[in-house]
Amino acid sequence: MMMTTAPLIGVLALQGASDAHCRMLEQRGARVRNVRRPADLDGLDGLILPGGESTAMLRLMDREGLFEPLRRAVQSLPCLGTCAGTILLAETVEPVQPSFAALPITVTRNAYGRQNDSAILNAQTALDGGPLEMVFIRAPRIDAVGEGVTVLARRGDDPVLVQKGHTLACTFHPELGSDPRVHAYFLAQIGHH
Amino acid sequence: MTDTAPSLRLKTGLAEMLKNGVIMDVCTPEQAEVAERAGAIAVMALERVPAQIRAEGGVARMANPKLIKSIMAVTSLPVMAKARIGHFAEAQVLQALGVDFIDESEVLTMADEVNHIDKHEFTTPFVCGARDLGEALRRITEGAAMIRTKGEAGTGDVVHAVKHMRAMSSDIRRLTSMRKDELYVAAKELQVPYELVAWVAREGRLPVPNFSAGGIATPADAALMRQLGAETVFVGSGIFMDDGRHYAPLDVAERRARAIVRACTHYDDPLIVAECSEESDSAMKGLAVAVLEERELLQNRGV
Repeated sequence: MMMTTAPLIGVLALQGASDAHCRMLEQRGARVRNVRRPADLDGLDGLILPGGESTAMLRLMDREGLFEPLRRAVQSLPCLGTCAGTILLAETVEPVQPSFAALPITVTRNAYGRQNDSAILNAQTALDGGPLEMVFIRAPRIDAVGEGVTVLARRGDDPVLVQKGHTLACTFHPELGSDPRVHAYFLAQIGHH
Repeated sequence: MTDTAPSLRLKTGLAEMLKNGVIMDVCTPEQAEVAERAGAIAVMALERVPAQIRAEGGVARMANPKLIKSIMAVTSLPVMAKARIGHFAEAQVLQALGVDFIDESEVLTMADEVNHIDKHEFTTPFVCGARDLGEALRRITEGAAMIRTKGEAGTGDVVHAVKHMRAMSSDIRRLTSMRKDELYVAAKELQVPYELVAWVAREGRLPVPNFSAGGIATPADAALMRQLGAETVFVGSGIFMDDGRHYAPLDVAERRARAIVRACTHYDDPLIVAECSEESDSAMKGLAVAVLEERELLQNRGV
């Protein structure tokens, strides 16, 4: 499908790093809308589930009746989950908590430790153009990927950027760096959707 | 794959994750569980909330590591803890315990009347209080990864939180309209490096997230501070205390906590803030800042 106008991307903004995603998207020519209630999902071309605290987000979703509408949205819309957003997309979460189960991956929360264990790393990825800077903040770990999931980047042996169909997920924060390639790749998926 | 040096970016990265939320003071593991259930985005582990410190007096210090560890054990949320201003040994202890954020806090008794902690020396990020732009930029120069406007802690009176947030915003707005030659003078007056002043003038914001604290006690208070520019609010005594000495029942505290969290998320929707205010009909009794003597103000510490 050809986009005649700039795509409209919803960014879940219950809490967490939604601002930085919005800045990144706007720099790439997209329009953005904060998503806090079910009605905010109408007419979106794509959705970003940002970093933050997945447990806090789940509680806030419950209160606004947003869990089920979001679960349906991530089935049909191109979606990018980062950090906590990846936890929300995963089929299996350790320790166990509810999720949208949109991606057949197993994720362990805070698996690399607390803030003192946060790190900025550089690694080759399947994206065009040199190593990618990856900012890991109290990051979750992808422990297993299921059928149909492509691994686009790794941290040692651990997958850190994965894709299945129109769903992308990473355990680092592409919105905190100055390299727009993950967002550009996400927006390209919308063009192809 | 190469590891880069721990940087301010990594530290402000966690602060970014804490935006659009509520950070709650907790004094027990049970309170931490209440905060997590209510949707808090992080907890501040301490032995006495500001209202108790204000009422009981004495020297207020870093919390006992035993308490901090017990709180870290029950919650998966980021855990913050307070060190006294200038007390780098307390901060070293907190870093060794693995807390996620250190608050170099004017709420505790000052350990150094002249110097703040050199926060660049730590891998753990720091948050510091500020009443205006100069104070904020001095703390950032020392390595703070997050600023919270001070307000007047332990009062349940939002008036100084408002005053400080407005001062910060108008100071920043003034910089953005200055000529370059005027910025040199501004840097001199703010007592901070020119490069930092030039950055703020260009970007129109602080280089680190800017949160609000001190006296926020109701859902409408939280909505007010968010609309005035606070990216997240800290809530202390307003959740768990009825006044400076008495705890509210935990179920009452949880109701208040949930209401403040929701109002913070939907700060620009008065109907939702109204619902939250209804749910939370027993605000902390509070202490009007206007009746306090100048020497009783915690915000004057460490400017």
